[in-house]
Formats: sequence, C-alpha cells, structure tokens
Amino acid sequence: MEQILLTNNVKLCIIILYIVLFLITLYAYIMSKVKENSSNLFTRMKSFWIIVILFTIAFMFNKLTAVFFIMLISYLALKEFFSMIPTRRSDRRVLLWAYLSIPIQFYFIYTNWIVMFYLFIPLYLFILIPLRMVMVGDTEGFLKSCGIIHWALMTCVYTIGYFAVYFSIPNEINPQGGALGLLLFILIITISNDFMQYVFGKSMGKNKITPNVSPNKTWEGFIGGAISTAVLSMLIAPILTPLSIIQAGLVGLIIAIAGFFGDITMSAIKRDIGVKDTGALLPGHGGILDRLDSLIFTVPLFFHYIAYTNNIGILH
Amino acid sequence: MCNINKNNFIKFFFFLFIVKPFILWALGINVRGMEKLPKNGPAIIVANHNSHIDTLIIMSLFPCSTILNIHPIAAEDYFCNTKFKEFLFKTLIGIIPIKRKVVRLPKREIFKEINTALENNEIIILYPEGTRGEDNKLNDFKTGIAHIAAMNPNVPIIPLYINGPDKILPKIDAILVPFISDIYIADSIYYDNSATKIFTEKIRNIIEDLMLTHKRKETL
Repeated sequence: MEQILLTNNVKLCIIILYIVLFLITLYAYIMSKVKENSSNLFTRMKSFWIIVILFTIAFMFNKLTAVFFIMLISYLALKEFFSMIPTRRSDRRVLLWAYLSIPIQFYFIYTNWIVMFYLFIPLYLFILIPLRMVMVGDTEGFLKSCGIIHWALMTCVYTIGYFAVYFSIPNEINPQGGALGLLLFILIITISNDFMQYVFGKSMGKNKITPNVSPNKTWEGFIGGAISTAVLSMLIAPILTPLSIIQAGLVGLIIAIAGFFGDITMSAIKRDIGVKDTGALLPGHGGILDRLDSLIFTVPLFFHYIAYTNNIGILH
Repeated sequence: MCNINKNNFIKFFFFLFIVKPFILWALGINVRGMEKLPKNGPAIIVANHNSHIDTLIIMSLFPCSTILNIHPIAAEDYFCNTKFKEFLFKTLIGIIPIKRKVVRLPKREIFKEINTALENNEIIILYPEGTRGEDNKLNDFKTGIAHIAAMNPNVPIIPLYINGPDKILPKIDAILVPFISDIYIADSIYYDNSATKIFTEKIRNIIEDLMLTHKRKETL
C-alpha cells in the first residue's frame, strides 16, 4: 500500500487550516445569533466542516483511500450533472457508459498510468461515446447530446481526476510538502480566492465584469481577490511548495484568473439550463459542482504548471 | 397481518444495509416538504408511478425504525403470480397484494387487508394510476383510493410527487442508470364525503400541481 507523505509543514498547515475554519465558524455563529437573517454563512460553514474532515480522513491513510475518495466525488459530480441537464431518453445506455468510465479512469490514476489518464477521456471516450450513440440510432439532437456528454465527462471525471493525479508527483520534487503539500496548496489558494473575490465584491464592488452571466461579479472583487490571492500564495508557497517567491506570485495570479473563469463558466451553464444551484447535496452551498466550479479549472492548471517547471508528468 | 410481520428483521436489514444506502448515496434524493411526511401511522401515501424504484425511494424517506410499518399496495397478478415472488416481495418489501381485475366481492372484502393494516396503525403506499406509466405522464386515477378513504375517514392521505425514477429504471428498460430524484410532498387531506370520482380527481389535481411546481423549477 502506497503511503502518502505527511511532512511537518503539511501537518502545520492542516492545523492552521482548522484554526482558521474554527475562527470563521465562531464568527458565523455569533453573527447568526446577533442578526436574524445571516444564518446562511453558519449553514455554509457546517457543510465546510464536513468536507474538510472527510478530506483529512481520506488523505491520512494511503493513496488507495485518497484515490477512492476522489472517485466518489467524481461520481457524485457526474450524477449531479446528468440529473441537472435535460437528457434524451435514448441516451440512457450512453450515460451508463459514461458512468462506467469513472472506475477505469481512476484505475489509470491509481496505477500511475499517466499517459492513459491523459488520453482516456479526451481521445478514447471521444470515440466511444458517439460510437455507442450511433448504435442506439437516435439522430435528433445527436450533436448536442454528444457535446453535453463529453463536456460532462471532461468536467466531472477528467478534471476532478487531477485531484488524485497529484499523488503521482514524486515526493523528491517537493521535499517540504510532498505531493499532498501541492494539492493542499492549490485547494487553499483556490478556495480563499473564491472567498476574497466575494468579500471584495461585497464591500466595494461597483463595475460589473459579466453582467449577462453572473451579475454579482465585479472588477473590484476580481482585482481585490487576485491581489490578495497572489499575496497569500507568496506567503504559504515557501511552506508547502518548491516555488520561488516570484513563481508563487505568478501562480497566485493564474489561479485567481482561472478560478474566476471556472466559477462564471458554471454560472453560465446554470443560467443556460435555468437552475439556481446544480444540486442540493451541500446545505448552504448548493450542489457539489457549485463548490467545485473554480477548482475544476485551477487544479489541472496548477498540476501542469508544476509538471512543466519540473519536467515531469507528461510522459512518465 | 401475521404473515407480513413475522419476517420483520429480514426487511429491516434489507432496508438498513442495502436499499437505504443505495437510494441515498448511489442514486440521491432531493426532498421538498419532508416535514409533511407522517411520523407514524395510520396514513396513506398516494404517489405517481413510473418505475419500481418509486417504492424503494418512498420507503427510504422513512427512518429504519418505522420501516416495518410501511406497506406498498401491489398488484397481485404481477407481484404474486408465483409462490416464490409472493414470498420474496412479502418478506423483503412487505407488500399488501390487491386484485386488479374486477371481482364480484363486497368492497370490505376486497380492501380487507388494507383496512386491517390501517387499523393496526400501519402506513400504506398506493399508486392510484394502477400501473407504471411511461414518459413521466400522469395517467387517470382509479377510484380505489376514494373507497379506501371513505372506509377510513380518519386516516390522513398524503399526496406525493416523484420525478426521476422514469429515467433511472423506466418500464420499457431493464438497465438501471443513476440520476438524482426530486420528491415533492403535499399537505395531508382527509376524506370529505364527496363522491368517489370527485375525491379521486381532487387527489390527482394535488399531485398534478406538485408536478407543475417541478416543471416550473426545471424551466425557471
């Protein structure tokens, strides 16, 4: 059983994370007692605690539990996506094939068969999904359906798979934090970026960036979030990652931009379908895709940033 | 009743370890109006019917402590046509069989088992459409529900709309594909001494309203 390297720096970060979560929860609890209508933040924090505790437990044991845990998240996300979008009755068998791709994809991840991980969904399922669809033979709405299913697989299986691919990064690349340090870094940076964009947008937001897609997003929120994310990245990168200070700032900016676009891309999809939330799995957040929206863009990008700067990951 | 209750623990563990984890985790449900679900019997749950999964989902809404008191009304000609099937469904699900064919018997005799169950404070699940529908359409209701209500005027009737199982396991297909189901529960009603046809139509209208609420949400 392959163990996950837990360095002292990672342990320190996890403890700090729990303290920060505790302080925010305390604040939310006091606010919900003082003001009548602000209990939403408290509900949000309750869901957050469950997520963080589940993540901690899953990553504490070994690679198998971690990969299995990410696989379950991938399944829940894909199920949420297929339940949210209108699907043709004739596509039921095709959707079943899409579900069956999850264990295969995560088998490639667990066995470090990275090339197959890269190719399976973008190439093999790109061929297999239409193949199964023409066998059913319903041509009305064929291209639309084909596109929807492949998009669902790319977001809910391929990109979520990157969460688990981090564990195939050799620990020598990152002596301070190991593979888990890199994953922890990107999770903290992305989630705090969401939070800071929200805070800056709420407090000083005036000029809308995308009035048609997400009217809550403002230039002030975006820029404020990007600057604070870059600063936070420079602060914690030395603890968890091998990045230099300049690289860390650059990564912070890339994450801020990618996270923002991940967020509004999911908003655009929800607006297209006409739903407010993607689901109801996490009280206070909505569905699982509502929480993963920015991570879907940032986690793969950061992986490839690390892979590129360290010459790993593409063909090993 | 004794033939239903003696296999208690098999049904209990079947739901605790197999059905509930499967419905709640593998499939997923999204309930609106959970507080309107009765905590204990007697009660009659009336729902639309598109798939065998309907029954498992509705039963999974209840806590395991009351699962033994819940009995779906099932067609005798379909679920009890062989001794093995009869044994299986009575043991695992706790069904109460009913004859779908017109029989020359007094009403009390036809609904005898249902009335006994309600007298014993059990909860029954009834699909007044009489069979699984296709394409998620709400078919006409049979008047049996009104007859049962008339014989048990103090028992609350809870209309429920369920959307999703027609995609998970439709009547025409045998392969299961996971989707999240939406469940809407309406306020309970009692028999109001109106004619059976009118009362049946009243229940159908409530379920149709729930269906329209869901459709509106879908195309916000």
